[in-house]
Amino acid sequence: MPIEVLMPALSPTMEAGKLAKWLKNEGDSVKAGDVIAEIETDKATMEVEAVDEGVLGKILVADGSEDVKVNTPIALILAEGEDASALKGDASRSADASGSKAEEQAKAEAKADAKPAKAESAAANPPAPKALPEPDVPEGTEFVTTTVREALRDAMLEEMKRDERVFLMGEEVAEYQGAYKISQGLLEEFGAERVIDTPITEHGFAGVGVGAALAGLKPIVEFMTFNFAMQAIDQIINSAAKTLYMSGGQMGCSIVFRGPNGAAARVAAQHSQDYAAWYSNVPGLTVIAPYTAADAKGLLKAAIRDENTVIFLENEILYGQSFPVPKLDDYVVPIGKAKVARPGKDVTLVSWSIGMTYALKAAEELAKEGIEAEVIDLRTIRPMDTETIVESVKKTGRLVTVEEGWAQSGVGAEIAARMMEHAFDWLDAPVARVTGKDVPMPYAANLEKLALPSVAEVVEAAKAVCYRD
Amino acid sequence: MAASAANAARSNADDAETVEAGDVLSFTKEQELHAYREMLLIRRFEEKAGQLYGMGLIGGFCHLYIGQEAVVIGMQMAVEPGDQVITGYRDHGHMLACEMDPKGVMAELTGRRGGYSKGKGGSMHMFSVEKQFYGGHGIVGAQVSLGTGLAFANKYKKNGKVSLVYFGDGASNQGQVYESFNMAKLWHLPAVYVIENNKYGMGTSVERASSNTNLSQRGLSFDIPGEQVDGMDVRAVRAAGERAIAHARSGKGPYILEMVTYRYRGHSMSDPAKYRSKDEVQKMRETHDPIEQVRARILKNEQASEDELKAIDKEVRDIVNAAAEFASNDPEPDPSELWTDILR
Ligand SMILES: Cc1ncc(C[n+]2csc(CCOP(=O)(O)OP(=O)(O)O)c2C)c(N)n1
Ligand SMILES: [Mg+2]
Repeated sequence: MPIEVLMPALSPTMEAGKLAKWLKNEGDSVKAGDVIAEIETDKATMEVEAVDEGVLGKILVADGSEDVKVNTPIALILAEGEDASALKGDASRSADASGSKAEEQAKAEAKADAKPAKAESAAANPPAPKALPEPDVPEGTEFVTTTVREALRDAMLEEMKRDERVFLMGEEVAEYQGAYKISQGLLEEFGAERVIDTPITEHGFAGVGVGAALAGLKPIVEFMTFNFAMQAIDQIINSAAKTLYMSGGQMGCSIVFRGPNGAAARVAAQHSQDYAAWYSNVPGLTVIAPYTAADAKGLLKAAIRDENTVIFLENEILYGQSFPVPKLDDYVVPIGKAKVARPGKDVTLVSWSIGMTYALKAAEELAKEGIEAEVIDLRTIRPMDTETIVESVKKTGRLVTVEEGWAQSGVGAEIAARMMEHAFDWLDAPVARVTGKDVPMPYAANLEKLALPSVAEVVEAAKAVCYRD
Repeated sequence: MAASAANAARSNADDAETVEAGDVLSFTKEQELHAYREMLLIRRFEEKAGQLYGMGLIGGFCHLYIGQEAVVIGMQMAVEPGDQVITGYRDHGHMLACEMDPKGVMAELTGRRGGYSKGKGGSMHMFSVEKQFYGGHGIVGAQVSLGTGLAFANKYKKNGKVSLVYFGDGASNQGQVYESFNMAKLWHLPAVYVIENNKYGMGTSVERASSNTNLSQRGLSFDIPGEQVDGMDVRAVRAAGERAIAHARSGKGPYILEMVTYRYRGHSMSDPAKYRSKDEVQKMRETHDPIEQVRARILKNEQASEDELKAIDKEVRDIVNAAAEFASNDPEPDPSELWTDILR
């Protein structure tokens, strides 16, 4: 029996990839460890090694095929002693079948381009918000489809060009081009003086960044993920956030701490935590958590220009997602302003960052049942745009908050308290929270899914506050 | 590459004794065969894990130990029962070396209920109280303070045990490493710090991350003795391990071993490893492979025949295949497990 070579998974978040190039031809012999093909993921070009020995009997997925799903058979290897005739039997049938299945899949994907097929996790294929990215984008502005990853890079590129005091430091930001490829090309553009690889010393380099900021530079400090910023949180809070106050206004700390926050996929408890609520507890900090690429770009530019300490929470799963970004010379989104991402009149859903994927999908589901949800993208967690939420609640009388973080002392808890203070008379039901479960993130696939919020939970909560079932 | 014959890094500090360049004592037939089998088990296990990752059975981060096998096997040949082991996330080899069950380890990698953490910890977070393996830690450097705490407990309990604290060249730059060194020496804690210098912390070479690349000297200002060891030679590792462990056990305090080694694969499964040349990797594999070295010696010294080694290969493959089989078919944890083990 020929051995099927399957499209391998090459990163924690990879679901499909491009088969860039075959390095072996049909008929070539291969041994375990030989590199047989190159595959492009959204982050990198990776090599596929053969695990079995034999002859490359048939290539099932051609060079250049895009969006090949993980575990699709891509080639057949003939074992020792098998000859090509083995392919005429079983193998070629299964080859044809799988080949055409892959094609069909690819076609279906292409058709569904605009309207993503219902994915397993809410995070894949995020729905686009209906409103324009920003009301004050001039009419007729061209929009360019951009990934969140590129948008973040563009923001840093533009701001580093604009202001020489801005520099980037962190682990693997320069020569490796960023662990998640956010700083791609910046080393080449600005050189090693302004794009700086640090040793693995978060507490130390966060402090170095803060010191440089106190001396008037404008550092962007990348944490490979915010989980590692816990090593550095003393410098962020005790040194960065409080110095302006402690110096009676003499000395400020204009610095951006940025990096992916929250759960990625299957990286377990120590690498999957949402810090939005943590940092939002601290006076002296500004906390931003964008969802779309346009907001990622516009808000990061604003954050870099800001005179204060900004915590800029990104999300790894969103990095590869595309959104329209206005093509403007200087697109800056104001800090502290929430946005109505989808208008509605029956219930308000408030979220931010990846939480928006659940909220927007839930709104689609609810619409099918005749419930018009208004979805608000908070974008900035601190200072919080209470007014936009209150205005919406005045209209809908019902509110559900959605976050991946834990419930206790979470951002949703804060929003609920504010609604009691500012919108009590307009509420027709208690505020409901959909949150990550009150447990460390488990590794097992089934448990991880249960630990995260789901679209169904948001739908259920929305119906509950509408007293519908 | 690897320090030719365990080169002693010399400390001029009064207290730190000068370490003699360690002789690479020759192994008996039993020791050679033991080292061969144990290292091969790690190698085959890791190759299988890489394969299961490609098939989507293992998710998240998965850091393979291939190339570094001699370090943990050599050290385990120098310990006494009850000595503890703690390490970072590149931990599968350490668990196998501590005689944890390959099935339980592989099932944790696939997130199944038969895994060491019931599927809740994954590749980076596994523990075994029974085998005195304290993890399995995802935060670079954190295990160094924890391992120092294990040593603290040994001294407190006067149990005569030594704690082996493994960390990488990259981790060796974390601040808490030095805070720990200071306390360990100050309090004469029985800890052996094993720095696995595999030349890179993710994509950053030691030269680009460390002002002094001789990591065995990192304890100098605390008067902690250290040596550089050829971490590709299991005999050199064991010899150095015995010296270091004896030192720690005798009440003289901590000891640092810099194991000069190499990882063949990318940092994790998603690392295209563009920061080094293929040649560099190839050369290392061809000229310094820890398993090939033992194998060649065994054959040359006629301690076993090709056929006998083949039988070991087969036995190891069978163990690994059985582990993979178990890990692929064992059910996922029961959903109720989501809510267990948070407090007791
Ligand atoms: C505090 C912290 N910072 C960053 C990371 C991300 N990270 C994981 S492994 C690694 C490289 C560590 O290199 P090294 O200590 O040399 O160990 P090796 O991987 O080579 O075994 C980095 C930066 C982390 N897990 N924890
Ligand atoms: Mg290393």
